[in-house]
Order: sequence, then C-alpha cells, then structure tokens
Amino acid sequence: MADIFDAYALADAWDEMFERPGEVRTAYEPVLAALQPMESAELRFKADQMARAFTDRGVTYAFAGEERPWPLDLVPRVLDALEWDLIQRGVAQRVRALEAYLADAYGPCRVFEDGVVPWRLLLNSGHFHRAAHGVEPPGGVRIHVAGIDLVRDEAGDFRVLEDNVRVPSGVSYVIENRRAMTRIFPSLFAEQQVLPVDGYGQRLLAALRAAAPEGIGDPRVVVLTPGPNNAAYFEHALLARLMGVQLVEGHDLVCRGNRVWMRTTRGEMPVHVVYRRLDDDFLDPLHFRPDSVIGCPGIMSAAQAGNITLANAVGNGIADDKLLYTYVPDLIRYYLAEEPVIPNVESFRPEEPGQLEAVLDQLDRLVVKPVDGAGGQGIVIGPHADKATLDRVRKEVIADPRGWIAQRPVALSTSPTLAGDRMAPRHIDLRPFAVNDGSDVWVLPGGLTRVALQEGNLIVNSSQGGGSKDTWVLAEGPADGPLPDEPGAVPDVVPRQLGPDGDRPASQEGAQQQ
Amino acid sequence: MNDVILSRIAEALTWTGRYVERADATSRILDAYLHRLLEDPWRDEDVACRSLYAILGVDAGAQRVDMQQVLDQLAFDARSTCSIEGALGAARLNARSAREAVSSEMWECLNSTWHALADQRMTARRTGPYAYLELVRRRAALFFGLADSTMSRDDSWRFVVLGRSLERVDMTVRLLSVRVLDAAHAPDWPTLLSASGADEAYARVYGGFGDTARVAEFLIMDREFPRSVLHALTTAEECLAALGRPRQDPARRPIGRMRTRLEYLDSTALEDILPSLLRELQTSCMASAEAVTERFFPYQGPVEWAQEGA
Repeated sequence: MADIFDAYALADAWDEMFERPGEVRTAYEPVLAALQPMESAELRFKADQMARAFTDRGVTYAFAGEERPWPLDLVPRVLDALEWDLIQRGVAQRVRALEAYLADAYGPCRVFEDGVVPWRLLLNSGHFHRAAHGVEPPGGVRIHVAGIDLVRDEAGDFRVLEDNVRVPSGVSYVIENRRAMTRIFPSLFAEQQVLPVDGYGQRLLAALRAAAPEGIGDPRVVVLTPGPNNAAYFEHALLARLMGVQLVEGHDLVCRGNRVWMRTTRGEMPVHVVYRRLDDDFLDPLHFRPDSVIGCPGIMSAAQAGNITLANAVGNGIADDKLLYTYVPDLIRYYLAEEPVIPNVESFRPEEPGQLEAVLDQLDRLVVKPVDGAGGQGIVIGPHADKATLDRVRKEVIADPRGWIAQRPVALSTSPTLAGDRMAPRHIDLRPFAVNDGSDVWVLPGGLTRVALQEGNLIVNSSQGGGSKDTWVLAEGPADGPLPDEPGAVPDVVPRQLGPDGDRPASQEGAQQQ
Repeated sequence: MNDVILSRIAEALTWTGRYVERADATSRILDAYLHRLLEDPWRDEDVACRSLYAILGVDAGAQRVDMQQVLDQLAFDARSTCSIEGALGAARLNARSAREAVSSEMWECLNSTWHALADQRMTARRTGPYAYLELVRRRAALFFGLADSTMSRDDSWRFVVLGRSLERVDMTVRLLSVRVLDAAHAPDWPTLLSASGADEAYARVYGGFGDTARVAEFLIMDREFPRSVLHALTTAEECLAALGRPRQDPARRPIGRMRTRLEYLDSTALEDILPSLLRELQTSCMASAEAVTERFFPYQGPVEWAQEGA
C-alpha cells in the first residue's frame, strides 16, 4: 500500500517515531494509524487550513520583513509518561540550581569563594548588574519563568542544550499549537490521552501573585511589553489575556517615591508585580541604557526598595550565559547535592588555559556558539561550515575566548515532518517551560518542539526558518482516571421551549411546550 | 402608521431572535466541550457526551453516545430545533414569514448562512466541526449586529431582543445546572466559561482563577457581562416594559422578580442555594415566555374546517 510514509528514510540520528524503518515506537502507534491512511492532498488541505487559522488569529511571526503564519507541522511530537517524568525532574532540578546560583551570586558569593565557579565568570559577564546586588526577591524567586532547551542525542538520551532564564519566549505557541491541532485535526487525538496545556495562564498568575512584595493583600500584576512592534508582542498579549491582567508599555507606568503606578482613566493605580518582557538593558534608562525609550524610568529603584517585584529578576543573564552552562552540572552537585538528571552536551571553554588550542585544532568538528547569542544567531556548525566561515570564527574566538563556547555537534533527533507531499525526517529540539512560584517548580506538560524545516539543518529557531510541532505528553493510562463511575448519574433532560419553526404554523401555534 | 405590528409577525421575530441565539450558544458549547474532550486525559466519552445532551435538552437514549453522534444530533440535525442546523433553519423560516419586518440584510444573512451550512457540514465530516461551528458563531454575530444597525428601536426590534435575552438566560442556566447537579461528570469550570464566551471577560474581572463559586457568581450575577443571567434578565425586562403595561404584566413579573432577587442576592450564600435558584430561573423564564405568547400572540392560526360526516 502506497502511503505518505513510504519513502521515509531514516536520517543518521535518533528518530522519534520509528525504531527501524517500518517499525514504529509504541507511543506513536495511534498517530501513525491515524496518519497512514491519509492522502497527501488531504494533509495539504489541513496544512492550508492551519495556516489560514493562524493568520486569522494573528499568530504570525516576521520572516524577512514579511508577516507569515506560524509554521506548525501536522505530525505531533509524542512523549510518553516515563520520558516526561525524566524531563520534568531534570528541568525542575536545573531551575532550582540556577535559582540557588543567582541568590548566591547576588548575595554571599560562596560558590566563587569555594572555587566551584571562577570569579571572572561573574565579573566579566555582560549581564552582571550591580543594581541587582542585595535585592532580596519575595519568596527567593528570581526565575519565575524558565525555558530550558533540550535535545535528544544519537543514543536517544535527552541533553540540555541551553538555559533561558531572562525572558524565555514561545509558550504562546505551545498554547496556540494545541488549540489549532484540536480544532483542525481532531481525529488525530482519538484513542490518545494527551495532557492539556491550558493551565499555564493560571499557574503563571499564581506564581506572579505569590511573588508580590510582602504585605500586599491583593497584588496587581501587569505584563510589560516593548510594544506591538516587538516580534513576541502576540505572546505578551496572549499571556495578559489569559491572566486577565493589563498589558502595559513603559510609558503607561510612572514611578514616584520608589513606587510604580499605571495611568488609567480612573487615576493612577498602584502596580505590584511586573512581568516584564523587556531585556534588562532596556528596562530602566536611569540604571541601564539611557537611550531606552521603551523602559520605565525609576522602576529598578522601586524594585530595589522592595515595592515592586520584577519577574524575571534583573541580572538573571549571568545564569544563562553559555559559559556558565558548562558549570551547571557542578552547580547542581554543589547546591542541591544531587546528580544532574539530564546531562549537558560535552563542551569546551576556550577561555580556560589549554582548551583554546584544543578547540582551534578541531574547529571543523565542533559547534561554536557565542555565549550571549539568542535565537540561534552566531552559531557556527563546524562540519557544515565553509573555510571562510571557519577562518572568521577562528579569529573571533582567539580575539575573545570568553565570548565563546564549543560543543560536540549533536545530531538532534528527527521526527517525520510534512515536506512537500510526503513525510521526511527533520531535526527537532524541545523547550519545556517551567514556572516557579517559590514553593514548587511546575513544568508545563509538553513544551515547544521546534523543527528545522530544511533537510539536514540543525538550527531550529523560527528566525532561521524553523517550524514547530504540537508536543504531546501522554497520560499514564486510563486506569488512573478519577471516575470510572457508573453512567446514568447524568441529570434528567429538561425539555426546551419550542416555538414555531416557521414551516407549519397551523400545527405549531400555541404549542409552546413540547 | 407603522407603529403596530401583527401578532404573527411579533411571534416570528421573537423566535427568530431566540433560534439564532440558540444556534450561537449551542455552537459555543459544542466547540468548548468537544475540544476539551480531545485534551482531557481522563475522559469518558459516553458520560461527557451525555452531559452535553442534558445541557441541550435532548434525550440521549440508552445506547452509548460518541462525539460523532453528538454532532449528528446536536449540530447537523435539520429536523430538530434543539440542534444548530434545525435552529438556524427555523430562524430562517420565521424571518421569511416576517420578511417585511426584518431588514433585507438580516434576511440575507440568515438565508446565505442556511445555504452555506451544507457545504460546511461536508467539510466538517472530513476535518472536524471547527469551521462549521465558527461559521455559525460568526453569522449569529453578524445577524445581531445587523439587527443592531439596521432596525429602528421599535417594537419589532424589541421582540427580537426579547427572544434573544430569554434564550440566553435559558442557555446559561442549563449550562450551570448540569455542572451543579452533576459535577463529577461535567467538564471543568474553565470549559464552562469558554462555552459561554466568558473566559476572557471573567479573567479580566477575577484574574484567571476558575473556582466554583466565582464562576457561577459571574455567570449569574455579573452586571456588565452580556451573557450573564442578570444582564439578560435586565434586557428582557426592559423590552417588556417598553412593549406593554408597566404594571401587572404577567410576562414581566416572573423575570422582574428574579432580576430583583439576583440584584440583591448575597453572593456568599450563592453556592448553597444554587440548585434551587437555577430551577426557579428556568421556570420563571418559561412562565414569562408563555405569558408573552398569551399576551402578544393570541393569534390562533388558520381555522381548520372539517366537514361533518366526511
């Protein structure tokens, strides 16, 4: 039987769906069974519907100056309960370790005194802000929201690729992807037990309210956005909508006497928690970049005075510096006395004596990344790069060893993805989102699976032409269901009032009751 | 002089408003529940579908029911005015029988919707009901938007709005009833909110938290949200007040009484009295609708003559 999976040739990587050609992994069986009988024209039709739905809802991103519908592939990425348990523990552990590191670095600095992390890592980090020193955030939370990027290596093991604890974005796409999939491809969900993702707004709001300065009975939370021109504006608006809070821009806020207010038609209203989606540098022209016009002057002083909480905290950038990343397994052992649940990718630190030479020697066999690059920018994949690029990167690394790390190239796992009118393997990663409310680190079931749409490409960022997949976490099994009750308990049917249906007035008049 | 309207026309207008609102609300409920069902890891399809039947006032029968059957009976069934297609068909025929009282744009809206449904139904069987349900909601919004912008605020308009308001109360009460009487099997409160189109409005007022008492309080007692029971009752009462005698109006009395009660209800006591309150709301609405019929639509239809001994 010819079907869309016929020509599916496994790439040289772990495939999420197939163990061997033609042999599907258990978690994917129902998905394959639903997809296999479909014609490619049918899938195309659905893909077009999806694109139209995203365009209509305004779920778009800017690519080459053009507004494009958010690219969602029709084949979901499935994680079974065991895999998810591991990811959840691994992500939560990492967030706890990074919290401890931040509290330490902006406080007693024990980790440096004890020689676990060298001082220079802190002091020459571009994201280290003295203004954050001594700010004691309520509940001890600095990372209210984290996005930890994971990949699956050739052996099928998850590894952490990088941490994002400043302003991780993408969660809106998780929510929109699920919404689109349930509406446009409902048949795929048959016989599956997928954990829902719509609890995110409530979790986030609860965490933000819990982070309010002490003594505030009913804290007012706002989302601070750079404005509609920001690439992630859609996400800012969605989160504000889900939480039912105001979406403010910098000039909607006013600081006076180290307190923050927002300007409303009913006068100025106090604000207690600011979920800010601006980088530190732009947050407050009085403390950081003086040319920022999207920030709110004085907001940092209000945070220092403990009158408002900024989420995430200022200065978090020292914890997702990619050079610090190489120390995170040590931080987990140091602060938590645990072994890392999910390992790092093997990495080199060019800034350490001896390692620079080792990196330069095998530059064409490594992946080189700038330590503060975001969105996949500046990454050079040695095996795929041409000589000119390698030479350029070699010079840059020699000039600024602190600015780079090098990693073993991981052949990211692949997942069947609709390419033209058939399925083809494409590389994917996973960004789970964690919300820390001070007592618990909750991880949204699933996360954002990004997919590199070009064959063989390893960079999945949407700014580099990447797409996405709906990410399913399967529940453990129907046996866990809370209510295997007997049916019949459903309340009696209350009849509807019926009016004339316009067709047969003679037989209907006066018969208001059925 | 055109300040009077025929009873027959008034009845048709009332039911046009009612049926369009019914189609709209049904589509919201189906959309929210069916898509929730896909994502609910502990679902029991039969029980969940039964609670949908209960909300929409249709007997589910003794056999197991699944989503496809729900759609066939509650969305695509053109013979039952409890289903979307039936309700829209009835709204269209009612509007046609009052063709000179509704604006042409309103009539065209209903007519073109009716003709578009068949196509969407075919698509829905292939790809799921989303586009179908969305079309229904959009056209319902268009219909009431056109009523708002093309009808004079005369009695004709009031009958349309009266029908819509009574149906709104009924629908919201039904949604809540199934949840309150059968909490274990009904979907969660957030689903109920989105089924009423109230999720965003609620989040703005209460900050996203969908716990029991507050959702019920919002859907029943909120003064600003147009789908809340109190708001719909107030609108219905305003229409009735403008339509007839201000005093001793048997149509206005039951809903006026409920409206006053809701306005001054202590919201902390709401949870305890919820089951009885919902029942009373339902009977009041029915009583009012019957009184409206008696009072305004005494029209008896063509008399059927039978020949003796034939």
